[in-house]
Amino acid sequence: MVKLRIFRFDPSKWSQYYMEYDIPIRENMTILDALLYIKEELDPSLTFRYACKAGLCGSCGIKVNGRETLACQTRIEWFGEGKVTLEPLSNYPIIRDLVVDHEELFKKHASVKPYIIRNEEGVDKEYLQTPNEREEFVQAATCINCGLCYSACPTVSIDRRFLGPHALAQAYRYIMDNRDSEPSARLTIVDTLHGVWRCHFIGSCSHVCPKGVDPALLIQRVKRFFILSERRLKRRRPAPLKS
Amino acid sequence: MEKIYYDVVIIGGGIAGLRAALEIAANCKSKVSIAVMSKYHPLRSHSVVAGGGISGALWVGDSPELHAWDTIKGGDFLCDQDAVEMFTQLAPKEIIKLEHWGVPWERNKDGTLQNAQRMGGHSFPRAVFVGDRTGHFIVQSLYERCLMYDNIEFLNDHFAMSIVVSGDKVNGLTALDIKRGIIVGIKVRAIVIATGGLGRIYRTTTNEDQNTGDGMVLAYKIGVPLKDMEFVQFHPTGLVPHGYLITEAARGEGGYLINAKGERFMKRYAPERQELAPRDIVSRSIMFEIMEGRGFETQDKLGYVLLDLRHLGEDVINERLSNVKETTMTLLDLDPAKDPIPVRPSEHYMMGGIHVDNHGRTCVKGLWAAGEVACVSIHGANRLGTNALTECVVYGMLVGRDVADYLEKDGQTSTSASTPASDTLKEDMDNNEDKILELLSRKDGESIYKIRRSLWAIMDEYVSVIRSREGLETALSKIKQLQERFTKAYLGDGNRYYNTSLINALELENMLILAELITISAINRNESRGAHYRADFPKRDDVNWLKHTLIFYSKEGPKLSYIPVRITRWHPTERKY
Ligand SMILES: Cc1cc2nc3c(=O)[nH]c(=O)nc-3n(C[C@H](O)[C@H](O)[C@H](O)COP(=O)(O)OP(=O)(O)OC[C@H]3O[C@@H](n4cnc5c(N)ncnc54)[C@H](O)[C@@H]3O)c2cc1C
Ligand code: SF4
Ligand code: FES
Repeated sequence: MVKLRIFRFDPSKWSQYYMEYDIPIRENMTILDALLYIKEELDPSLTFRYACKAGLCGSCGIKVNGRETLACQTRIEWFGEGKVTLEPLSNYPIIRDLVVDHEELFKKHASVKPYIIRNEEGVDKEYLQTPNEREEFVQAATCINCGLCYSACPTVSIDRRFLGPHALAQAYRYIMDNRDSEPSARLTIVDTLHGVWRCHFIGSCSHVCPKGVDPALLIQRVKRFFILSERRLKRRRPAPLKS
Repeated sequence: MEKIYYDVVIIGGGIAGLRAALEIAANCKSKVSIAVMSKYHPLRSHSVVAGGGISGALWVGDSPELHAWDTIKGGDFLCDQDAVEMFTQLAPKEIIKLEHWGVPWERNKDGTLQNAQRMGGHSFPRAVFVGDRTGHFIVQSLYERCLMYDNIEFLNDHFAMSIVVSGDKVNGLTALDIKRGIIVGIKVRAIVIATGGLGRIYRTTTNEDQNTGDGMVLAYKIGVPLKDMEFVQFHPTGLVPHGYLITEAARGEGGYLINAKGERFMKRYAPERQELAPRDIVSRSIMFEIMEGRGFETQDKLGYVLLDLRHLGEDVINERLSNVKETTMTLLDLDPAKDPIPVRPSEHYMMGGIHVDNHGRTCVKGLWAAGEVACVSIHGANRLGTNALTECVVYGMLVGRDVADYLEKDGQTSTSASTPASDTLKEDMDNNEDKILELLSRKDGESIYKIRRSLWAIMDEYVSVIRSREGLETALSKIKQLQERFTKAYLGDGNRYYNTSLINALELENMLILAELITISAINRNESRGAHYRADFPKRDDVNWLKHTLIFYSKEGPKLSYIPVRITRWHPTERKY
């Protein structure tokens, strides 16, 4: 038996409180399994989000004992006998109970132009990219947009205009992709007071990231571009086509 | 209640839906307004979990013809061959397009695309992939590409409830805005259904929990027939007990299947291809091993066999199968480099779906379907691994082009809010509002989750890998009882804001309809073909059954009819692997 203490928020009454539930533990039970158990057996009004149950879709992020984590990838037995507290992610408006609104996260993501910019329509061969060139950005591309990093970031909590670790890591992903021909367009966007320069390198984003993206490091790398001058980037030409 | 206008709404933000949106945006000269609707967010779509890869004849030595032949044979000759030929012709181009749009495909040292033999039934190593997270990267690149267009909008947290037809054309749709709990009516000129599969009808499934087949019911209810609903694919290697997918790439990289006697038993069923035979064959073989007492058993009497990857070595597992390792480690504390993985067949893919032609058109003007929700049919009775993602991009593209064409020719100009909403749309919104009010105001009754569990048990037992008339008939009568029980079920949550119990109830209603349609279609097909195996008719019967099942809505209940399979070059032969 484990006691889950869960944050509740009812937008129709604008009331917030904690509720406790006793969960009989099964072998290998995850926090998400426990939430589903509550929903199906104890209290159908408990509201949370999830989809893939496999750590791939990024929708089940919550805070467990104060730490951002994916509910489907966290085993309940890791917390021992005591009480476990579940709360919605920070830095987002709460919609209901454990469900938060990611709209702002995706707006900031969109603002860094996260797509390949290149004007070569009608080409029917692949752009060449060696395994090493690919290595430069592929880890950043494994981001599942769960927004845990955004919740963990203390800077976001004091500066709502700060682009945040998720968007900046994705800016880096496209800056480093040798198939893109406009890295400078993106650099202009992040070279602001609310862009990379606002990051204080506290590193909690990287600490909670379930996919090892390491946004804190990537942000420092972007800063380095500016410090080492932009010459390197100008020298970079877009990837050739397969001949 | 609220009314809005878009030229086209795409219901579903998976690979098929996003690809269609991009094609419409790129092909319409006039600036049409496009909305992509999804239950959560496109980046949470089921497509992100797709693992192994996407197929296309891109290499010397391979050809679209060979790809077509593999697909047709794999599909046990139920594929429409003209459709398959077009599909395999277009596949390579689409894969290159994805590359241009940012997908970081695995590369050779010289920078060109890398291929791999990863999936059963393909006679050439034609899978293009990114580790075992291919779907994630494709969805991401397509979604991000959509951000380039300011006329593509995303309607996230919306649940499509019904489509409105006036005259012979679609005219609008009604959806529930989940966040606010209100009904929205959207007037449209065209709709694309791309809502994916229905795996959640089964308990043991590899699918995301969003996959409840809603799109099929949307179409069915307005008179569009569903095709080949008896063909449900089971993936051979679902993790025991959860059912999560252990990607076919694990066998593609050289994994073995082992029974309780320590034998590599696939040599009995597919001497040549063994573990790399098509999925229907491998799934059935595992079930036979379990039924004949050569399997293992969990505490809950769930039979299983073992997938052994130990001989592949830690490096291959870490590099190529990192997701497999992550899953088994987090869920079972099991390291595939040290221990074999317990597996059994798990519901995976729906070969059947909305009856569409080679352009993804339905019989209703202005309504298209693409992706897993549609049945063209290119997968026939059994889909080959990696062909689904190809289908999503190829048909997303074809449908997008056709929609763009339609919107340009249709003559109507897109004049947003000034277009009067039709009375039928208003009426539909009112009906849906009443329905929701009624559901929310119920005070007691049986839990919807209890009914859902009963449905799962029925489907897992009677409508799964091995079927018989008797079992299917039992299933049908039980499903009908569940439909009855559902009308009095209780949600336990009367709140309008983000009510997931309400969503689950609407989904369950759809699932109960589809369960019935699958079962009826299966009872009537007296043969075994591909994924549909009837213990009482264990042989394929081309004389009587080389045809597609269609199932129609009628007031008196579902009605069946049959249409021929389109054969062009390849004549049915015995399937040996
Ligand atoms: C674990 C796993 C691994 C796989 N691996 C591979 C592979 O390696 N290669 C391959 O080719 N295939 C693979 N497949 C199959 C493939 O992933 C799917 O067939 C494909 O992703 C389906 O995509 P789709 O675009 O049709 O729909 P989905 O990606 O399922 O998207 C459906 C969308 O519709 C939305 N939606 C549904 N209902 C509603 C509603 N009522 N209202 C509003 N929105 C709604 C959902 O929110 C979602 O956005 C795999 C499948 C699984 C389960
Ligand atoms: S960087 Fe990591 S924590 Fe942040 S959104 Fe991506 S996967 Fe989640
Ligand atoms: S449910 Fe998808 S990441 Fe947890």
